[in-house]
Amino acid sequence: MLTMILKRAAMAIPSLIGVVIVTFLLTRALPGDPAAYFAGPAATPQAIQEVRVKLGLDKPLIEQFGRYVVDLGHGNLGNSLTTGQPVLTELRTRLPASAELTLLGLIVSIIIAVPLGILAATRPNSLIDHACRVVATLGVSLPVFFTGLILVYFFYYQFGWAPAPLGRLDVFFDAPPQVTGFYLIDSLIARQPETFVASLKQLILPALTLAIFSLAPIARMTRASMLAVLSSDFVRTARASGLAPFTVIVTYAFRNAMLPVITTLGMVFSFLLGANVLVEKVFAWPGIGSYAVEALLASDFAPVQGFVLTMAVMYVALNLMIDVLYGLIDPRVRLEA
Amino acid sequence: MTDIAATPRREGGLAALFRHSRYVLGENPVTGFAFALFVLIVLAAVLGPSIVPYNPLASDTAQALKPPSAHHWFGTDQLGRDVFSRVIVATRLDFFIAVASVALVFLMGGLAGVAAGFFGGWTDRIVGRIADTIMAFPLFVLAMGIVAALGNTVQNIVLATAIVNFPLYARIARAEANVRREAGFVEAARLSGNSDWRILAFQILPNVFPIMVVQMSLTMGYAILNAAGLSFIGLGVRPPTPEWGIMVAEGAAFMVSGEWWNAFFPGLALMVAVFCFNLLGDGLRDMVDPRRRT
Repeated sequence: MLTMILKRAAMAIPSLIGVVIVTFLLTRALPGDPAAYFAGPAATPQAIQEVRVKLGLDKPLIEQFGRYVVDLGHGNLGNSLTTGQPVLTELRTRLPASAELTLLGLIVSIIIAVPLGILAATRPNSLIDHACRVVATLGVSLPVFFTGLILVYFFYYQFGWAPAPLGRLDVFFDAPPQVTGFYLIDSLIARQPETFVASLKQLILPALTLAIFSLAPIARMTRASMLAVLSSDFVRTARASGLAPFTVIVTYAFRNAMLPVITTLGMVFSFLLGANVLVEKVFAWPGIGSYAVEALLASDFAPVQGFVLTMAVMYVALNLMIDVLYGLIDPRVRLEA
Repeated sequence: MTDIAATPRREGGLAALFRHSRYVLGENPVTGFAFALFVLIVLAAVLGPSIVPYNPLASDTAQALKPPSAHHWFGTDQLGRDVFSRVIVATRLDFFIAVASVALVFLMGGLAGVAAGFFGGWTDRIVGRIADTIMAFPLFVLAMGIVAALGNTVQNIVLATAIVNFPLYARIARAEANVRREAGFVEAARLSGNSDWRILAFQILPNVFPIMVVQMSLTMGYAILNAAGLSFIGLGVRPPTPEWGIMVAEGAAFMVSGEWWNAFFPGLALMVAVFCFNLLGDGLRDMVDPRRRT
């Protein structure tokens, strides 16, 4: 098992190298002279020259890349031009907000999509099967920012059930003492049930938006792989042996059908991490996505670069975790390794 | 002479294609519906500016933020501009971005993939490595980074959307070219003295083409969503240009105060367009898929 994990981790290294090269090249592709760009609009030619030497932009490209890698090794992602803060600090303080939102969205999505897919597969061409198909097609076609706005309109403006879409916590509440950075968990640790409820209220709509977005691939894959498993011999044997339908579906079929679904999660994460940026903008969520968007509009490149790098590294790590999980669930993968 | 000989064969092919298309459409009315919708979108994209009732850029502050009515079907925005006219005129730009980026990735990914599958070896390794590196990023995030680095223009949105789709096209083209590399007709062409490049251009490419076209219509929806997402966060298209993503972004602030039509109609147009492209892609796949051909 350990060999498998190590082998798989080694396979992630080329991806990481590629990610670092691409994020480096992106800065060098900045329009015009990067030194003039970093020196600011009011800089004199001398100041620009100083910045060029300071940033090492007068050195050959390969040496610049070496410097970039060394900086990364020291956890230095540069400073934001607008706030003056180190990018790493800002990303670190904002990451829990994004992670809490994305994970909750994914959990809600799985809770809805997996039973929907199973029900659709056990009753092909029934009403629930058609419902599953409609949900899957609509989910792919709905722009995620549009879903978010529709939810805001109905649940905030029309019904008044949800709080205003302005961040993680109502202004009347203080953030719970930081342990994990997840307000839901931190407020429980600090025994502040009101804060827990307040932050849950803020989370529901954005998490639901992400869930609706990621529902489609999970439901579709669950349905397809359940259909394949249900028609296999061992399910027929289990049925013939007189096992209860529930045991057959959950214990026998579902556990096997989950494998392709877990593989799909990699793709779902790629979409979720991107959609997260849009949802954060709609709900004024103080995560790393909105940090990057603000920096983008101010032509402040270092935060954007740090953001792209962080997202890519997280995505590579998530894919690695998914593969390891796959190995834990499916003993055949372990044997091959 | 050759023209005369070639004409009936082509007509036969076209007629057969038409018959087959009608057969598939008859069996799947949804595809027919999607196709009708597609024609409407194309018409709106082509004729847009000349058929709308109002100038999409003309503001009239006396009429600001009016709900949908007989005069303004989709209402008016905060500057009194007619939302219906803006939504229709925006079709051209959104459609152009989607078509241009899909055509670009079709060229880049299709050619790179076919070369990788046909030549193998180093070509294959380099193309595979590039595709893997792109796949290591969450796609929308990479598109954001590319537009931020190359500059905030519509051309760069097209380019970024094409780049993030590259792995998909390269992989499909590679797989399709790879299975045909040793096919009988390729061997025959090689034995009759054709060069590798000639075989690639006249034997492999025409065979891979239909599958890639299906892929194009399947990714059109994603391309439009990606581009609209980028302009929603303020990249690429600048106001006051009418474009669906930026119109939703501008209308978003009014959603919380109840003026829903500002963001709703451009969002709806976006959704209908994506829905149409997805349905059409599924339908085209059925048409090209040899297993469905009788």
